[in-house]
Amino acid sequence: MSASEIGFLALALLAVIGAAGVVLIDNPVRSALCLVLNFFVLGFIYFTLGAPMIGITQIMVYAGAIMVLFLFVIMMLKRQGAMAKPDKPDSRLGLAVVLGLALAVTVYATVIAPQGVTLPLGIKDYGTPQAVGVSLFTNFVWPFEVVSVLLLVGIVGSIMLAKRRI
Amino acid sequence: MNYTIPTVDWSLVLPFALVALTGIVALIIETAHPKRDNGLIIGVSLTGLAATFVLLLTQLVLPPARTFGNMVLRDQFSVLLQLICVAATAVCFMFSDGYLREKKIAFGEFYPLTLWALSGAMVMVSTDNLLMLFVGLEILSIALYCLAGMSRSEARSEESALKYFLLGAFASAFLLYGIAFLFGASGSMSLPDIQKAVTGLTRDTLPMPVFGVMLVLVGLGFKASLVPFHQWTPDVYQGAPTNVTAFMAAVSKVAAFGALARVLVAAAPLHQYWFEALYWIAIATMCIGNLVALVQKDVKRALGYSSIAHAGYLLVALLAYTRDPDKVSLGTTVFYLIGYAAMTVGAFAVVSLAAKGDRDGSRYQDLHGLYRRAPFATVMLVLFLSSLIGIPPTVGFFGKQLIFLDALRTGLVPLAIVLAVNSAVSAYYYLQIMVAAFVSEEGAARPVSRKPGAGMTIGVCVCAAGVIFASLLGGYVQETTRTAALQAKPVPGRVQNQMEVINR
Amino acid sequence: MQNEFIPLLLLMLVAAVICTAMVTLSWVLGPKKNTPYKASPYECGVQPAGNANERFPIKFYLVAILFVMFDIEVVFLWSWLTVFNSPLTGLDFKIFSFMEVLVYLSTWIVGYAYVVRVGAIDWDETTSLHPEKLGQTAQEAN
Repeated sequence: MSASEIGFLALALLAVIGAAGVVLIDNPVRSALCLVLNFFVLGFIYFTLGAPMIGITQIMVYAGAIMVLFLFVIMMLKRQGAMAKPDKPDSRLGLAVVLGLALAVTVYATVIAPQGVTLPLGIKDYGTPQAVGVSLFTNFVWPFEVVSVLLLVGIVGSIMLAKRRI
Repeated sequence: MNYTIPTVDWSLVLPFALVALTGIVALIIETAHPKRDNGLIIGVSLTGLAATFVLLLTQLVLPPARTFGNMVLRDQFSVLLQLICVAATAVCFMFSDGYLREKKIAFGEFYPLTLWALSGAMVMVSTDNLLMLFVGLEILSIALYCLAGMSRSEARSEESALKYFLLGAFASAFLLYGIAFLFGASGSMSLPDIQKAVTGLTRDTLPMPVFGVMLVLVGLGFKASLVPFHQWTPDVYQGAPTNVTAFMAAVSKVAAFGALARVLVAAAPLHQYWFEALYWIAIATMCIGNLVALVQKDVKRALGYSSIAHAGYLLVALLAYTRDPDKVSLGTTVFYLIGYAAMTVGAFAVVSLAAKGDRDGSRYQDLHGLYRRAPFATVMLVLFLSSLIGIPPTVGFFGKQLIFLDALRTGLVPLAIVLAVNSAVSAYYYLQIMVAAFVSEEGAARPVSRKPGAGMTIGVCVCAAGVIFASLLGGYVQETTRTAALQAKPVPGRVQNQMEVINR
Repeated sequence: MQNEFIPLLLLMLVAAVICTAMVTLSWVLGPKKNTPYKASPYECGVQPAGNANERFPIKFYLVAILFVMFDIEVVFLWSWLTVFNSPLTGLDFKIFSFMEVLVYLSTWIVGYAYVVRVGAIDWDETTSLHPEKLGQTAQEAN
């Protein structure tokens, strides 16, 4: 096993632990902090794949800004601390587990098993800010322009919903 | 570093730019005069939409073209769908003002947000690149999430916005995951490239694009409200303000089917994997939509289920086309979308008259006495509903007839039969709505006061004209889309080759 | 793994080790005399009142979401400025991308003007719908 494989496995394990913590922990704030761990490690994985641009964006925007939104939403909700657990386990939980496993098995059997797993290797300089900058303003300039409308929708829509007194 | 500056043909993106810019101007007016009524904003918006409509009409005769590094595609299919979207939005604006005032939610932001949602729909239909498709879908969806929750004093509106947002984000994730698989399989996000890449695949490499196509279909199926992914539709249609519902029902569905058509055409080499699934989805969509609509007690909810059923009919048209593109044309889908947009927007426009105060009156008994108050609009409601049933000589009848014949021609006889039976079944609940509008007011739950304004009358007239005269366009639409519809036509022969590859 | 990021990783490791060591060692080595007053949360020196887990007004959220929106707009600019004034690209790229960024930023300015005008980042203001929007005059509304 090469060094980069060990590195990937370690990061992947951390990311999975973070993701599992989000779902399993009862306290919503702790759950959100597990999400921070997940986002952060995901940023590192992007680095190892040779995409520092998206890695830094991940850490700045997701681990930084988006997490603030998550925490604000938790703070705006009435129930705080440990959420009350339902008296009996949800009967749909079993179904969800079965369906989730079925999906995992399907993906494995149809996609992963026939093609085999290879450690993804980033092409050199594929995801540097320079490379992203150049392709963003040549091949992908139209999506870039259109996204500005998307952001404007976000600004105006959130103000319309949150600002007005009912 | 190697790069090439893309050559830009601005005329291709001008309709989108015009609509987005109109939205920005409308927002600037709102910013400058937050205390003025919305008359000026509506005037500017409608002018912008009219200009876009005319511009698109002039582009209808131009040959297919691409620009911005093949991110934008203009062909007859995309121009026709954009025309439908623009017209439907204009009609929504015409009747919005009175309705929003009645509900005391006359935010100036409604108009820019709706215009941007429209621009997102236009991006979605005028591209064959999955990246642009996704960006367009997100603009449309995020604007609609906000608009659905616009009536904040109503719990139902809030609920619909939240449901729509959560399920919509989930569906977007499916779509993105599928796009990632397709990108991994073909190294491109452009649908013609993907089509080329998947034709030569072997047994080992095939699962990846198949999986990708399935996930993309789930994402788009949600937007088009096909049956296993339809649960959001009635709740959101019922809870959202009625003018937003009208916009959603028409524009969102047109955009979803435009994207679906392109994806299915590109996925034609994998025909054997998805056809059977969509075949059963079409049957389920038609049946469940109509059967559940029978027991509804709420007009908007019933129309929501009706829109699910119509999505099923449209899927039949698409399936017939992908099965044999030589025998039938994509024009059937476009033609049905024209009719569907006209009758749905019209029906929701008239139903919006039942709103009173800050509450949305949409139960059947809230429509009682509508005939006394608004005789013209009620007569028009009858017209729209007969078109939704499919009574000649309305566009609904001709649309369904075309789909029925297409299905027969391509050997999809069971689908044709299910469609016919469902049309008959659907008459029951449409008639119930009609009857409710003519019952006198005595037994009504609460009195209704608002008289339809001029905007409502004009909007309803436009829809009525669409319902009656669109049938004349049938032949034209069939011809235009046949001669120069999609760049990449599905090749059924390749499916056969694929089978051989698999069997080996 | 790209080698140019190894120093960064090392820096983060050293920072993590030093911080952990400082906290852990002071916890292990330091004398512990716990009083209830010490255990209570610090609230500017006065006795803490109420629960820390209060509901927040939505205005905080609005500011945060606006920050994220503008943050994302800036993220795109970052990749642009790495190539704008670099030998990697020629004059044609500079002119083209500059024009595109102008178009992009013009929507940003419209959005910002709107945010300021409706007072979305004012702390003590909520706006209700003006009666003029409903086609009434102010007197009618009263």
